[in-house]
Amino acid sequence: MGGKVITVTSGKGGVGKTTTTANLGVALARIGQKVVLIDADIGLRNLDIVMGLENRIVFDLVDIVEGRCKPRQAMIRHKLFPELYIIPAAQTRDKSSVSPADMIQLTDILREDFDIIMIDSPAGIERGFRNAVAPADEVLIVTNPEVSAVRDADRVIGLLETENKASGALIINRLNPEMVRRGEMLSPEDVTDLLAIRLIGIVPEDDTVVPSSNSGVPVTMNENSRAGLAYRNIARRIMGEKVPFMQLTEPTGFFQRIARMFRGRNG
Amino acid sequence: MQTVAIKGGKDGLLVSLNETEEWQGVMADLAARIDQQNSFFVGARITLDVGARPVRKDELGSAKALLERRGLTLYAVLSESNTTIDAASALDLRANLITPPQSNGAPAAPPEEDGTFGVMIRRTVRSGRTVRSDGHVVIFGDVNAGAEIIAGGDIVVWGRLRGNVHAGAHGDESAFVCALDMTPTQLRIAGYISISPTDKRHKPKPEIALIRDSRIVVETWR
Repeated sequence: MGGKVITVTSGKGGVGKTTTTANLGVALARIGQKVVLIDADIGLRNLDIVMGLENRIVFDLVDIVEGRCKPRQAMIRHKLFPELYIIPAAQTRDKSSVSPADMIQLTDILREDFDIIMIDSPAGIERGFRNAVAPADEVLIVTNPEVSAVRDADRVIGLLETENKASGALIINRLNPEMVRRGEMLSPEDVTDLLAIRLIGIVPEDDTVVPSSNSGVPVTMNENSRAGLAYRNIARRIMGEKVPFMQLTEPTGFFQRIARMFRGRNG
Repeated sequence: MQTVAIKGGKDGLLVSLNETEEWQGVMADLAARIDQQNSFFVGARITLDVGARPVRKDELGSAKALLERRGLTLYAVLSESNTTIDAASALDLRANLITPPQSNGAPAAPPEEDGTFGVMIRRTVRSGRTVRSDGHVVIFGDVNAGAEIIAGGDIVVWGRLRGNVHAGAHGDESAFVCALDMTPTQLRIAGYISISPTDKRHKPKPEIALIRDSRIVVETWR
């Protein structure tokens, strides 16, 4: 027993899997969890960059699987959170270097020392996806409020159902409440209506996310960011807490308060 | 004991496997049968009938590999088990759920009086999944966009229909499709094709699609 394995996946690329993994990792570490993040996107590794740890990589996931190092040796400790580690993907190899059985074996070792093992899945539904979900106790499906992303999420949920994986929880990422209000974007209700799975978080579109990712400081560390708050709320929900959803779709009130707050600060 | 029966058919070879013997043993028998008469089989398209046995994805995958190593293509799977059908769909094989034959030798009831055969799926059919049946198909759940239902007979969706459906797929023009909310991506009956109107703001109501005067019409279901 021991730790829990949570896989973050989506089907479609570019919806924010890696950003979500990084931010949830930080948010969980902040509330005292021992966390290891695994980048399963072999050949297109990104998680280390978003976490600001790219220059510390010595060994990677494929080195562990092929026995060139111990899991401990490939783990990179986060600069601020001593209980947060990442295992980077190999950049010069491909998905077939690792098998679902390898992933199960590795996570079984990690379960002994960590509370949460979070796996960042590659896009797609092929080998890399199967590697990432094979050991999962829980699957977080990230989608954007757009038709193509929701379609792919639906496909992934269907695949998880046939693998008899415990049905996942949904994160709607990059929601623009103003566009929803104008009827130009799918609302959270539209999305959950279609996918019919448990919603665990809604992350609003937020201009601070991209610069944060670029500079290797996940946005969760920014106390003033709405997206950061949304990720912290998801982390608490993962821990079983009941956290009410942020008010996003209210046309007046919250955003104007935020806007006022910023205006006030900038003079 | 004979665990493997092979018959020729119009769609290639129908291979029926014993449903109670151990799977590994049946696979070995199958391999032996093919190897004995290799020239007869080579290049053939195989439909595998596994009866009531639930076959897991890995088992079915190894059967597929076993056939492919011998130059045969696994084309379709027939089964009475939903596990097998799911496994076949996961491997992108055609899969037909077959209804178990009536036991105790009772004379077959005349059709229509006791109903006609079909399959019932008690969950939402998601994108990328296909349900095929030579009979009718009843979905208790939604059919999401990107999913596909193909039936020789009628299609009834007790839920929202958003995917592709084809009723009367073998040419039966009396087949119909009905749903509680009828907004399929594409709807076919026998040789006719139609698409949903593009106006988005519609109020869901039960509707039925059928062929009338050589075109598909959709009307309120009552």
